[in-house]
Amino acid sequence: MNIVVCVKYVPDATADPRFESDNTVDRVGVDGLLSELDEYAVEQALQLKEGTEEEVTVTALTVGPEKAADAVRKALQMGADQGVHVQDEAIAGSDAIATSLVLAKAVEKIGSVDVVLCGMASTDGAMSVVPAMLAERLGLPQVTLGSRIERKENQLAVQRDGDTATEVVIGAMPLVASVTDQSGEARYPSFKGIMAAKKKPLENYTLADLGVDAGEVGLSVAWSAVEETTERPPRTAGEIVKDEDGSGATALVGFLASKKFI
Amino acid sequence: MSEVLVLVDHVDGAVRKPTYELLAIAKRLGEPSAVFIGGADKAEGAAADLAKFGAEKVYVVDHAEVKGYLVAPKAEVLQQVADAASPAAILIVSSAEGKEIAGRLAIKLGSGLITDAVDVDADGSTTQSVFAGNYTVKAKVTKGTPIITVKPNSASAEESAGAGTVEQFAATISDAAKAARIVASNPRQASGRPELAEAAIVVSGGRGTGGDFGAVEGLADALGAAVGASRAAVDSGWQPHALQIGQTGKTVSPQLYIANGISGAIQHRAGMQTSKTIVAVNKDEEAPIFELVDFGVVGDLHSVLPAATQEIEKRKS
Ligand SMILES: Cc1cc2nc3c(=O)[nH]c(=O)nc-3n(C[C@H](O)[C@H](O)[C@H](O)COP(=O)(O)OP(=O)(O)OC[C@H]3O[C@@H](n4cnc5c(N)ncnc54)[C@H](O)[C@@H]3O)c2cc1C
Ligand SMILES: Nc1ncnc2c1ncn2[C@@H]1O[C@H](COP(=O)(O)O)[C@@H](O)[C@H]1O
Repeated sequence: MNIVVCVKYVPDATADPRFESDNTVDRVGVDGLLSELDEYAVEQALQLKEGTEEEVTVTALTVGPEKAADAVRKALQMGADQGVHVQDEAIAGSDAIATSLVLAKAVEKIGSVDVVLCGMASTDGAMSVVPAMLAERLGLPQVTLGSRIERKENQLAVQRDGDTATEVVIGAMPLVASVTDQSGEARYPSFKGIMAAKKKPLENYTLADLGVDAGEVGLSVAWSAVEETTERPPRTAGEIVKDEDGSGATALVGFLASKKFI
Repeated sequence: MSEVLVLVDHVDGAVRKPTYELLAIAKRLGEPSAVFIGGADKAEGAAADLAKFGAEKVYVVDHAEVKGYLVAPKAEVLQQVADAASPAAILIVSSAEGKEIAGRLAIKLGSGLITDAVDVDADGSTTQSVFAGNYTVKAKVTKGTPIITVKPNSASAEESAGAGTVEQFAATISDAAKAARIVASNPRQASGRPELAEAAIVVSGGRGTGGDFGAVEGLADALGAAVGASRAAVDSGWQPHALQIGQTGKTVSPQLYIANGISGAIQHRAGMQTSKTIVAVNKDEEAPIFELVDFGVVGDLHSVLPAATQEIEKRKS
């Protein structure tokens, strides 16, 4: 069985992510890492591998700048078998539509893939649309946003905790799946894993390798355009009171009444 | 004037409030047409409600070939309606499902997509709030039919009668779209409280509740508010995941947000930072949540909340 895990390199959310002058996310000047939410996908890929006697290859796939190789490396340290990094000047500034195109072409090039596993959302863009777009582009069943994932012979079943109901969704492989942060803690790389990762293959693809025209991706051909980004003004400091013998409740109710909430 | 398609979000024919908000936005862009995918027996009632909030036309698509499957058939339906109607834009509620439908539709139509808009202007330019609410972004679709998913509470639902002309629409669903089947469905128990994403007031609790949400729920009910929770409270099994607020839960933007026993981690802030007024009760005066508040009480929620609830009840009577 072949599993491809899509892992994204994102700016560290605790390091004040920001925009560049062209209104794209600054992916170079801010420290980055493997999107935390994609660690859950790597974990589930490894569990699928460990849950069967079959030969399973887990490939970590990323589309991103040079430093994005770090995201693949982290996945290799956790236990993925090999990595693929699609890197090309022309990709910079791509939106989800172009990103999903490049990912789909890379999945096709990797070949005979049974499961494409994604995170629930990238921690920077947070659109939560790439997995559905990948399923659409690849013409594969989509079993996404699983809080639990289970293999049943040639099928995968995921539990999906929706707004109004919890559902079980099932599809036959090959398919595209994504998992949420409820799917189970991701493992930390062990010392052995870190050492072993250094010897694992990491392949680089360019757009030409994938047969994607540079004119189909990147900022200039994006199907939507950011016109303006504004930093939110800091909130003005509020009033803080210490509760003493019930004074806190009285002050709180007074505040709510002054704002006409009661 | 061109039609603007609004995908109706409903539970068994009962239209949910965010759809009415979308109709109000659709009116800024053109002529609102609702797309109702559901049971034939529920269509008439839903169409009447949609007309009340401004739908000029209601496309009714029978859900026989849609309901047992995940998102893909709904994207096909919208594609076919869009091909027939050539709309000026397509609006979908920004839920997990809504965004997936929108994503697939964008690829099908070769159209640009904007997700999680909190406002849409008459010229189609959108406002989004990104990076945990630290930035505001103005963007516009530049290719094809703009597909925009809009967060609940981004506009007010306004009653304004539309013609509500019902048009039966026969969609064909491909076998490929039926490849992911829903084999079990457990509806969530209604709490009797307002929906989290739609509520004007949200009262939430975290690890500091120690697992007893009684005080949080008491205050919520006195204020007619929805109850929310931090991930710590959800992970502990105190509240269902559907009530989680934050990066991997719901984003809320109510008039008033009251955080109780919640420290204010960045992932939690991501889901509530754009609330109009923020209040916190926390016994640690150093808790980062206090950096955000308009009003804060340093104290034990188990005494502050019940006392406040009692005081509110007294004032109301
Ligand atoms: C990938 C990822 C995604 C995440 N997504 C989310 C998300 O969507 N939503 C979310 O909320 N978190 C999320 N988190 C978790 C987040 O980082 C925090 O761990 C979490 O928000 C903490 O919850 P808390 O504030 O309830 O608990 P704590 O941080 O433990 O804070 C408890 C607070 O309660 C106070 N307290 C204790 N007792 C009392 C009392 N009697 N009265 C008053 N105050 C009291 C304490 O002073 C403390 O400030 C995510 C984390 C990761 C890694
Ligand atoms: N550039 C990328 N490289 C690899 N995987 C990605 C990339 N962008 C998105 N993904 C995958 O798609 C998921 C959802 O991303 P998004 O739709 O951007 O929120 C992520 O969790 C990843 O698994």
